[in-house]
Amino acid sequence: MKGASSNKRESAALPSPAGNTGLACPRAQTAMNCRAEVLEVSVEGRQIEEAMLAVLHTILLHRSTGKFHYKKEGTYSIGTVGTQDVDCDFIDFTYARVSSEELDRALRKAVGEFKDALRYSGSDGIGQISLEFYQKKKSRWPFSDECIPWEVWTVKVNVVNLANEQERQICREKVGEKLCEKIINIVEVMNRHEYLPKMPTQSEVDNVFDTGLKDVQPYLYKISYQITDSLGSSVTTTMRRLIKDTLAL
Amino acid sequence: MDTDLNSQDRKDLDKFIKFFALKTVQVIVQARLGEKICTRSSSSPTGSDWFNLAIKDIPEVTHEAKKALAGQLPAIGRSMCVEISLKTSEGDSMELEIWCLEMNEKIYFGEVQLSGLGEGFQTVRVGTVGTPLGTITLSCAYRINLAFISTRQFERTPPIMGIIIDHFVDRPYPSSSPMHPCNYRTTGEDNGAAYPSVEDSQEVCTTSFSTSPPSQLIVPGKEGGVPPVPSQPAHGTQADHERMVMCTPLDGALYSAATPSSSEDTETVSNSSEGKSGSPHDLLETIFVRKVGAFVNKPINQVTMASLDIPFAMFAPKNVELEDNDPMVNPPDSPDVESPLQGSLHSEVSSGSSTGNTHDDFVMVDFKPAFSKDDILPMDLGTFYREFQNPPQLSSLSIDIGAQSMAEDLDSLPEKLAVHEKNVKEFDAFVETLQ
Repeated sequence: MKGASSNKRESAALPSPAGNTGLACPRAQTAMNCRAEVLEVSVEGRQIEEAMLAVLHTILLHRSTGKFHYKKEGTYSIGTVGTQDVDCDFIDFTYARVSSEELDRALRKAVGEFKDALRYSGSDGIGQISLEFYQKKKSRWPFSDECIPWEVWTVKVNVVNLANEQERQICREKVGEKLCEKIINIVEVMNRHEYLPKMPTQSEVDNVFDTGLKDVQPYLYKISYQITDSLGSSVTTTMRRLIKDTLAL
Repeated sequence: MDTDLNSQDRKDLDKFIKFFALKTVQVIVQARLGEKICTRSSSSPTGSDWFNLAIKDIPEVTHEAKKALAGQLPAIGRSMCVEISLKTSEGDSMELEIWCLEMNEKIYFGEVQLSGLGEGFQTVRVGTVGTPLGTITLSCAYRINLAFISTRQFERTPPIMGIIIDHFVDRPYPSSSPMHPCNYRTTGEDNGAAYPSVEDSQEVCTTSFSTSPPSQLIVPGKEGGVPPVPSQPAHGTQADHERMVMCTPLDGALYSAATPSSSEDTETVSNSSEGKSGSPHDLLETIFVRKVGAFVNKPINQVTMASLDIPFAMFAPKNVELEDNDPMVNPPDSPDVESPLQGSLHSEVSSGSSTGNTHDDFVMVDFKPAFSKDDILPMDLGTFYREFQNPPQLSSLSIDIGAQSMAEDLDSLPEKLAVHEKNVKEFDAFVETLQ
C-alpha cells in the first residue's frame, strides 16, 4: 500500500475485542509520528503463547487505566486496576498482567491464532506479531473514521526446534532471562514519558480508549501478525509477485 | 520552586509523595514474599485505592515503613531504601537487592549504601516521575555475585576457604531445615491486634478529575502524574527474607550448569519473582552492560581473549560476536544454521578449528571447569561440555533436503499460476488496492 508504513501488516489484522472499533476504521495512509518499538525473541514452539502473552500483557498493563465515570460539571472518576501474577508453564518466568478476564481472553485468542499460523503455515517458524495503539479521528460523511496509530510494538519471533530434554531445560531458563530483558526494555520505553493521547472529554472517550471492557479501560489497540515463509519474504509479497507476473503474461 | 506552590498544592503534593512511598514499599515487599499476587480490578473507585491501583496493604509493612519515615517525607538528598536480604537457615545473611526511592533536583543518584551487594552489582532504573519540586526516581541495585564468605559452622563439610556457593542447591543432609518463608503475613488471627489497620489512619485519595485537563495533568497513576518527592534516608524496611530471590543472571548457556537455578527453591521462589532482573540498561550512561553469570568476578564486556585468568576463556567470545552469534538476539535468517543452542555453546571454538584458523600455541590440557564439584552438583559441568561440544548436524538442515523442497516448490508453480488466472477479476481488484 503506497504511503503505508513499511511494516507489512496486511496479512492478518485481528479486531480489538470491543465490537465498535472492529475493522471498519481504515488505517491512516501515513503513520506519522508513530512510535515504533521492536522486540525479538527466539522460543520453542510450546513457548510461543506464553512468551507473547507475557510481552503483550506487560505492554497493556502500562497502557490501561481504570474505567472512567463521567459526572456533572465536567469531571470524571477513574476506577481501580488490579494486577495478577501469571506463572509460565514452559518458561522459567512469571509476569504481571491486568486483572481482567475479558482482556486476557482477547489476547489469548489473538496469540493463539498467531501461534497456529506460525506452526502450521509450513514456514521456517519466523513471524511477527504487532500491537498497535491508535486514536480515532472523526471524519465527515461519506468518509469513515480514520485510525491514527501513535505507538506500535512489534515482537519478532523465531521458533527453534530442540533435540533433547537437556536443551529444552536450558531453553526454559534462557528464554526466561530474555523475557526479563524485554520486560525491562518495555518499562524503559514506558518511562520516557513521550506522547500519549490527551485525556478525552466524555464525547471523545471512545476515540481514545476501548470502553467495551467492564473492568478496565485500555487505550484503543489492535493486534495483527505476519508470517514469513521459507523464501524469506512475506506470504503477501509472494502473492503479489505471482499476480503481477500473471498479469504480465 | 517551592514558591510556585501554594500551601494547598504543597499539602496535596506531600500527601501524594507519602502514599507513593508507602505503596512502593508494599509493592516491593509483596513481590518478594514468595506468593502470587492477585488483586481485583474495580470499575468504581474508592477513596483508599491510591494511584488507581489495587494494592493490598500488609499492616506490618506499612507499620515498618512509617516507622522508618518517622513522620518526615523523602526530600532531596534523603533517600528511602528497601533492602531485600537472603537469610539462610545457618544464620548467614546476604543482601540481594536494594530498592531506592530518591528525589533529585536533576537526574542523578544520591549516596546510597550499596557495598553489601558484593562485587559488580547491577543497577536498573525502574521509573521516574517529575514533580514541581524535583524528580522522583525508583531504582534497584541487585547482586550478581552470589558467593559470599561465611562464618557459619558446618556440621560435616566445612566451606572451602569460607566461600559458600551452594545456598541455592538441595541440601544433601536431611537434617538441615528448609528455608523459611518471609514472616510478613496478613494472617488476621496472628496479627489482628499487633498493628493498626491501614484504613484507620489512611487518608482518602482524590477520585475526581477534570475533563479539561492541562497538558500536565496531575492524575495519580498516570504517567507524569504524581510529583516526585524526596524520600527520607531511612535505611529501609529490612525484610529478612529467608527465601532466595532469583537474581541469577546467566550469560548464555555456558554458565547454566554452574548456576543451579533449577534447584528445589525454583518451585517456591522463582514463581514469585516478578520479572527477574535481567540485563541492566543504564540509561544515563547509554551503555549496554552485558549481564554476567554468577561467580564471575569481571563483567564479560571487560573480558578479552588475552585475559586468560578467567574460567572458560576459550569459550568466551568477544562482546559483539557473542551478541551477533546469539540466536536469542539475532534469529537466523536462513535455515542453513545449526541448532542455536549448539551454536552458542561452541561458537568460537568449533569455528576456529574447522576453518583451520587456529592459534599458533595449541596445548592439550585437562578440562577442569571451575566450581564443579561432584558431591554437590548433580551433573558435572565438564560432562555437560563434553556432551554438547560436537553434536552431529541435524539431518533436516542438510543441503540435499533443502534443494529438494525448493525443486518441489518450483514444480508446483505452474499449477498455482493456473489457479490464479482463473480468478483474474478478484486479483484485479486486489491489485487496485495495492496501487
